[in-house]
Amino acid sequence: MKIAFKLFASLSDYLPAGSRDNRIELDVEEGVTVGELIRRYQVPERSAHLVLVNGIFIPPAQRLRHRLKPGDEVAVWPPIAGG
Amino acid sequence: MGWNRKILRVDLTKGICSEEPLNMQWAQEYLGSRGLATKYLVSEIDPKVDPLSPDNKMIMATGPLTGTMASTGGRYTVVTKGPLTGAIACSNSGGFFGAEMKFAGWDMIVFEGRSPKPVYLYVENDRAELRDAAHLWGRSCWETEETIKHELQDPLVRISSIGRAGENGVHYACIVNDLHRAAGRSGVGAVMGSKNLKAVALRGTRGVSGIRDFGEFMQATTAAKKVLADNAVTGQGLPKYGTQVLMNVINEIGALPTRNHRDVQFEDANKISAEAMHEKRPTDGKPHLVTNAACFGCTIACGRISEIDKGHFTVKNSPKYWGASGGLEYEAAWALGAANGVGDLEALQYANLLCNEQGMDPISFGATVGAAMELYEMGVLTKEQIGLDAPFGSAEALARLAEMTATGEGFGRELGLGSKRLCTKYGHPELSMSVKGQEFPAYDSRGIQGMGLAYATSNRGACHLRGYTVASEVLGIPVKTDPHVTEGKAELVKAFQDATAVFDSAGICVFTSFAWTLADVQPQIAAACDGDWSMDRLNEVGERIWNMERQFNNAAGFTAKDDNLPPRLTSEPARTGPAKGMVNQLDKMLPEYYQVRGWTPEGVPTAETLARLGL
Repeated sequence: MKIAFKLFASLSDYLPAGSRDNRIELDVEEGVTVGELIRRYQVPERSAHLVLVNGIFIPPAQRLRHRLKPGDEVAVWPPIAGG
Repeated sequence: MGWNRKILRVDLTKGICSEEPLNMQWAQEYLGSRGLATKYLVSEIDPKVDPLSPDNKMIMATGPLTGTMASTGGRYTVVTKGPLTGAIACSNSGGFFGAEMKFAGWDMIVFEGRSPKPVYLYVENDRAELRDAAHLWGRSCWETEETIKHELQDPLVRISSIGRAGENGVHYACIVNDLHRAAGRSGVGAVMGSKNLKAVALRGTRGVSGIRDFGEFMQATTAAKKVLADNAVTGQGLPKYGTQVLMNVINEIGALPTRNHRDVQFEDANKISAEAMHEKRPTDGKPHLVTNAACFGCTIACGRISEIDKGHFTVKNSPKYWGASGGLEYEAAWALGAANGVGDLEALQYANLLCNEQGMDPISFGATVGAAMELYEMGVLTKEQIGLDAPFGSAEALARLAEMTATGEGFGRELGLGSKRLCTKYGHPELSMSVKGQEFPAYDSRGIQGMGLAYATSNRGACHLRGYTVASEVLGIPVKTDPHVTEGKAELVKAFQDATAVFDSAGICVFTSFAWTLADVQPQIAAACDGDWSMDRLNEVGERIWNMERQFNNAAGFTAKDDNLPPRLTSEPARTGPAKGMVNQLDKMLPEYYQVRGWTPEGVPTAETLARLGL
């Protein structure tokens, strides 16, 4: 199934070749969890601070249980803030 | 105790500068800076005064930690009655000006009356005098700063000034210090302009004395700095990416107000983000961002210094804008960009430079342009009226309107009065995206419910810096709450509002609160100041300041009806993103908020609340 994977700020270094504007479309197997996806691209767990699926926050404890669906947009940030 | 114990009173009408002792009883009750200056203001002016009349006063104030070795201890506050809102105006700024006031031996400067001719105040330690500013009137903040430094032959003099926006009465004019730091919101620069006061130039060589226990203070400030350094947000995220890193976050959660809040997501958000600031431009191969920068005593250094593309249409014939300068920050990038649908980073920086140069708030300016663009697209405003085509997304219109507003040319005069007056004049007051006349910052409250309550109840009109629940609702600081629910938000908003009043009044930057809680601030204040500065006491001081500001606004004529949001946010559901279908449910939160505050259902502090807080 196809999903979008987005890594921002310092995490953009972990995006595979072919990504553009902090985003890449990926073909992944059914049932993959958001936590597995983050591990697959070797994003350090402590750096994956803000994890959103379709804009909704996924708490750390749920990341290895939250299964992705076709068309999902996964976005990840390190600890950041602004104002 | 972190105080010089004296204030400077400047009677501009008579041209007299005089020294007074600082009211130390009030310093115990209101801490400093925002709280203490507001206490002075509300004690000295009629709440119904015309903000631009000589009867209004304007106070520049430091806090007990300003000028000390506390991290970020460089803040100063400008307190007055604001022309944009008619409410209390309280804008604070970093840079180096606040610390210099302390070094010169003053805690606060109170300006009253109106000078018969343009003047600037020069202070060198004990010496304070008003000087002729005829040659500075009509000049920008940048020219003013350069000219005064040259005249005084002193590159270390610190200057706050107004540009042409403040002289022309732009209702959201700023006071700019150190070239690109600003007391930005609510039009404090217009008040300064109405007093014919062009600038304040300070030179202090005395350092800060009077710390209660210096050894204890060293320990407390060192420990607190370690907290900032060890925290991933204040130690790494903010210095590397600045505030603008929020652009993609807020867009992703569907709360990035776009095209005057018609939309909640901007298709070009990534083009105006912190990530884009780091990317090399195809035109000249250079990234926009040159370096980060810190204000006095700051160990975070979130500030951005960038360089515009010299070949861009906005500056190709204006070399004066080619050097490295301040910006972009998140709020400015949003207000000049997403708020009016412009995704051209260089155009945003150009408009931002004009805001810094001529002293105007990019948030209110950008949001007012957004309102004008909507009126233009509706056919209410025409090309002939505006003087140019102004559809959403036009970088050319943004740049030209910034020039016109900054210099008071043509339709820029109307834009300079803010979106509320503009939209009311043209028959659509509902299209002003504002509260109490002040434009929203960069968070759409349909997708972040608590911010709707924070905006509606902010004492200076719509503002993110009175109660930044985004920290909790989006970023999980100090704990994550659900941005889509209303439950618990009344308590959350109150807690943020009261704590922020303490941070502001101490003389430190509110960005420390991404890592510090009041428990980190308390030992620093307790070591610096005489008296009981327990956590309970600080919480009480924060609540007292909030209620004092509220009482001023109530006396100025504001009522519960003004604790409101534009109908677009409470009746037009978000069209895309995770908040799709949602409106802000202010009606659910507001009654609970009044209750939590100890106010009547009409939004008035009860006698019991006032007695408890000693008001």
